[in-house]
Amino acid sequence: MTAPNGAQAAPAQPGPAPDLLYSEAEDDLRAAVRSLLTDRGGPAAVLADLESGRTHDTGLWRSLAVGMGTAGLLVPEKLGGQGASAREAAVVLEELGRAMAPVPYLTSAVVAVTALLGCETDRPEVAGPLAALAEGRSVGVLAVPLPTAPGTLPEPAVRADADGTLSGEVTGVADAAAADVLLVPADGPYGYALYAVDTTADGVRTEPATALDLTRVPARVTLDRAAGRLLAGQDTARAAVTGALLAGAGLLASEQLGIAEWCLSETVRHTAQRTQFGRPVGSFQALKHRMAALWLEVASARAAARNAADALATGSPDARVAVAVAQAYCAPVAVRAAEECIQLHGGIGMTWEHPAHLFLKRAKADEIALGTPGRHREALAELVELPAP
Amino acid sequence: MTTEETTEAGRLDAEGLRHRTADLLAAHPPATTAPLDFLRARFDAGLAWVHFPRGLGGLDAPRALQAVVDAELEAAGAPDNNPRRIGIGLGMAAPTILRFGTDEQKKRFLRPLWTGEEVWCQLFSEPGAGSDLAALATRAVRDGNHWTVDGQKVWTSGAHQARWAILIARTDPELPKHRGITYFVCDMTDPGVEVRPLRQITGEAEFNEVFLTGVRIPDAHRLGEVGEGWKVAQTTLMNERVAIGGARLPREGGMIGVAAQAWRERPEARTHDLHQRLLRHWVDAEVARLTGERLRQQLAKGQPGPEGSGMKLAFARLAQQISGWEVEFLADEGLLYDDWTLRRPEGVDFTGREAGYRYLRAKGNSIEGGTSEVLLNIVAERVLGLPPEPRTDKDVAWKDLPR
Repeated sequence: MTAPNGAQAAPAQPGPAPDLLYSEAEDDLRAAVRSLLTDRGGPAAVLADLESGRTHDTGLWRSLAVGMGTAGLLVPEKLGGQGASAREAAVVLEELGRAMAPVPYLTSAVVAVTALLGCETDRPEVAGPLAALAEGRSVGVLAVPLPTAPGTLPEPAVRADADGTLSGEVTGVADAAAADVLLVPADGPYGYALYAVDTTADGVRTEPATALDLTRVPARVTLDRAAGRLLAGQDTARAAVTGALLAGAGLLASEQLGIAEWCLSETVRHTAQRTQFGRPVGSFQALKHRMAALWLEVASARAAARNAADALATGSPDARVAVAVAQAYCAPVAVRAAEECIQLHGGIGMTWEHPAHLFLKRAKADEIALGTPGRHREALAELVELPAP
Repeated sequence: MTTEETTEAGRLDAEGLRHRTADLLAAHPPATTAPLDFLRARFDAGLAWVHFPRGLGGLDAPRALQAVVDAELEAAGAPDNNPRRIGIGLGMAAPTILRFGTDEQKKRFLRPLWTGEEVWCQLFSEPGAGSDLAALATRAVRDGNHWTVDGQKVWTSGAHQARWAILIARTDPELPKHRGITYFVCDMTDPGVEVRPLRQITGEAEFNEVFLTGVRIPDAHRLGEVGEGWKVAQTTLMNERVAIGGARLPREGGMIGVAAQAWRERPEARTHDLHQRLLRHWVDAEVARLTGERLRQQLAKGQPGPEGSGMKLAFARLAQQISGWEVEFLADEGLLYDDWTLRRPEGVDFTGREAGYRYLRAKGNSIEGGTSEVLLNIVAERVLGLPPEPRTDKDVAWKDLPR
């Protein structure tokens, strides 16, 4: 190597080794969530339900959020939650991804809850909605477009007036149709600020879009002088929203892991049974190598997703790197797994009756959600000091 | 006697091993003891590989406690046994001899193997038996108390330095190919053994061809039963793959660190395309590191996961992609090569040489120790449980197979 020209030091090493395994309590939680989802029929039932035009399974949400208390995993007990951590919420999301469950867990129990936890939780304006979300009594969503990446906070599309009313329009707000309360970033008398708006209030309109992903539908939210309650202003509001997006992106990796796992295991099951040319198609090397390569990616995605969940749970200074790595890696793995699932199922994979298409649609939407892999690599370039030309 | 044994057993925790290590250092101060004498004393004290049996370099202690001994000895500046030079002996021959060897074989071979006085090599692969190792054609014919061996082996690392080899040879061509194989220890100084360097793509000769002509092996140097050689070889091969996939790395450890540092030091060579690809490789390398870390955490909890089978695949692909990126990044300098001299290195040094060497040598990562294609088959069949490929050769006598 020639003499360094403006050489930079290598980026700091991560702290103590993260715990990348599952604890016994996490295994128990997984078993309980999986059993509930299996009882309710899994992906096939989701498919049947969608035929009826419903985008959310409110019965399932009640069992999951209220019955099992999973909505409050991230919330301390004194604030009405379970006092667990991102590690446990990640396990729930793995199972929800595997079952393709149409419930607002990521949007309400992770993103909205984290946004509220970033505000001053001893104020009743914050503590009230936080406890309601934690107990599953209400569903909240953060009113930003689903593709928003952590670290690229857009200027708010909503304006707050001096009388506390909000006006403006936000598109692509996931699960808004299921929400009772919107957490709305807005510009106004307090600068950048975060408000709570009830979806039943006058001047609030949510219009679900016709969406690629049938199980997590984005909506257009229009506010016309709607009454808002101030949650936080200025730096607190920005930090709360950024932290919420970071937690959402980091835990989305676990949902993506669950999607990839279902796609791989269904593909293995199918190709081991389906015969052509006088033998199971899964015995042909050309196919089994594709599934083995996918298995390696899924095993790797698990390490990346666990690392992100652990970094979020421990408040590690490495969390931003861990989340960017997890999203840059896991999002394409979920998409590839779903694409391979369709291809290796042959014709049946192309049909509406087989649930594979639900996974492809969610996986592709998840790749865009909370920052594309490209956005997360750009973030990494800065975080680990590999500057663009 | 009973009292002494109780005391011994009571000392096999970390603290007990620290005491034993301190005793060894006191009796043989590294500064004034010849390295070989020190290594012999360490073996005799049972501190070579603590999980091995007493009298064979160990103390029947938990394997994890070896780290305690190693750390104490390193801190005291004790000589090491150059594990790179004797890697095949340590990683492949020793576990196989321990599991299948007779008492005489263990006593004869393990001590000089561990001290490095005797280097070992491995005579498995042949020109016609690589991935399909059981297709091997080297013959061993019984002659009273001896076997006479004829054939050709290839890809033999370190054969030119080796005193002994582990060897598999066909002893019954009438049986199907996996059943007619027997496992031997071959004396590399036998006049019938001829070693020729095999020059590689990098210009170096890590490997050799080995020609075996009328080599006489005493039956006492057979490992395991006649015809059971394939079973014995499985032990050897499992240990090989663990050795290839097992290193622990810090973030940006290994080849990605070299590439990242080159990027930081040469802003003038940066392009957008190279930046995009570097970031992808960085993510892949970081995830491979985490996957290895997760595997080690599973092993430490006594839950071995199947991830081990995949780590070698990931390592090979990463090494090839990153080294290819680096040559391209270096542009006009990437057109150069550091040295084509035929050298005989003691091992692969990926970070000690320049980009062109890394690029060329990494091509071997997806071939040596099981090709990536064979490993994908193993993952598909043993981890995912997919149906095996139909085998037309399984029940046919080896002599009747087309060649």
